[in-house]
Amino acid sequence: MIHYDQETYKPEQNESVLDCLLRHGIAPPHSCRSGICQTCMMRAVKGNPTPVSQKGLKETLISQNYFLACSCIPQEDMEIALPDTQLFRKTTKVIDKALLSPNVLRLRLAAPDDYRYFAGQHTAIFKNKFLGRSYSLASVPGIDHFLEFHIRLLPDGQVSQWLQHEVHAGYSITISEPIGNCIYLDRYLERPLALIATGTGLAPLIGIARDALHKGHQGEIRIYHGVRTRHDLYLHDTLLKLSEQHSNVRYIPCVSRESVALPFHKGRANEIALNDIGNFAGWCVYLCGNPDMVNTTKRSVFLAGASLQDIHADAFIHSP
Amino acid sequence: MSKSLYEKIGGEAAVNAAVDIFYRKVLADDRINRYFEGVDMERQAAKQKAFLTFAFGGPNKYSGKDMRDGHAHLVKNGLNDSHFDAVMENLGATLKELNVPGELIAEAAAIAESVRNDVLGR
Repeated sequence: MIHYDQETYKPEQNESVLDCLLRHGIAPPHSCRSGICQTCMMRAVKGNPTPVSQKGLKETLISQNYFLACSCIPQEDMEIALPDTQLFRKTTKVIDKALLSPNVLRLRLAAPDDYRYFAGQHTAIFKNKFLGRSYSLASVPGIDHFLEFHIRLLPDGQVSQWLQHEVHAGYSITISEPIGNCIYLDRYLERPLALIATGTGLAPLIGIARDALHKGHQGEIRIYHGVRTRHDLYLHDTLLKLSEQHSNVRYIPCVSRESVALPFHKGRANEIALNDIGNFAGWCVYLCGNPDMVNTTKRSVFLAGASLQDIHADAFIHSP
Repeated sequence: MSKSLYEKIGGEAAVNAAVDIFYRKVLADDRINRYFEGVDMERQAAKQKAFLTFAFGGPNKYSGKDMRDGHAHLVKNGLNDSHFDAVMENLGATLKELNVPGELIAEAAAIAESVRNDVLGR
């Protein structure tokens, strides 16, 4: 049986998930129907997709049970969803709040039971049933017993202002299922990682760095944090400490709008990283933060030799 | 039965090896890269993969109509033979880089060439 959008469908023998849905008048996005174009990608929430239906997908997607509906002949009951949908919401309690800089609020929530996530994913935090905003997780499952978020405080931010002024320790808060593909892969253990963030794009990347180290990462890890002024380097001490504790971690604070002396670097994080690393062949690259930075850097590191399979990106779009 | 072109070139593994190289050449090619701007890179790479699978004689279900529909907006923006030639050149250079023998490159080029009129909407 296939469970989709609160309905149940019975596939015929040897019928693909896509064909079964189409036969019932449901048309998820699809195109080539040969397992190549990846337009019909869906996610199995329950049950396992067949290995054939995951051929050619990025490993970050495979590890989250994404599959191609056109080439999946279901072998067991499956509950499926379109990509980028967050199916469940959970309510939990605020543990504490702290300002990390004038513009960044650290929020820690108790991790709800059975809340499974990967470091680097994001979730929506809801002010009420209808108003939510997406925030990246900065915590790491298996190390932190709480969920941590770095909230950029926008002057007109409906959720960030509410979190800053009205939410206190002990408050009940609703969050969604975590999603997102900016996650660490176990096969990267020996590989060099370039983590390039602007602003609170650092949240998922500190999570990925700690997750990698926790899993025994041996390769080099370079963390580039790009901000406007030194005051915006909201995890400076934490990252310095991390680089002192681990000989394979380098932290490169990048300041674009004021003159600075070492250990600070003057310029944009992505440009400094590109100069610094030069040839990206063999590098695994994670990009989070400003959408322009993310999109241009994705292309630059690819042209500089990184494999598309090893470029992971999460563009932050700010809405009030 | 003799091996198909797809098998001779190396099947899916060959496509996977070729896609990064080919896409990188296309993005670096100033004659054509404007047609690839502002499009999600992962989606684009999946399409490049479909194209390479097709050119290598592999399994695909693309029709002439798909090729026409998929490129119509680019033809409106001036896509012409010179751009198609540039893509063919990048395809050849990619296969050369992967040490594919010349006669197989010629076969792949002939398959890719067969969709020229559909791509250009003629």
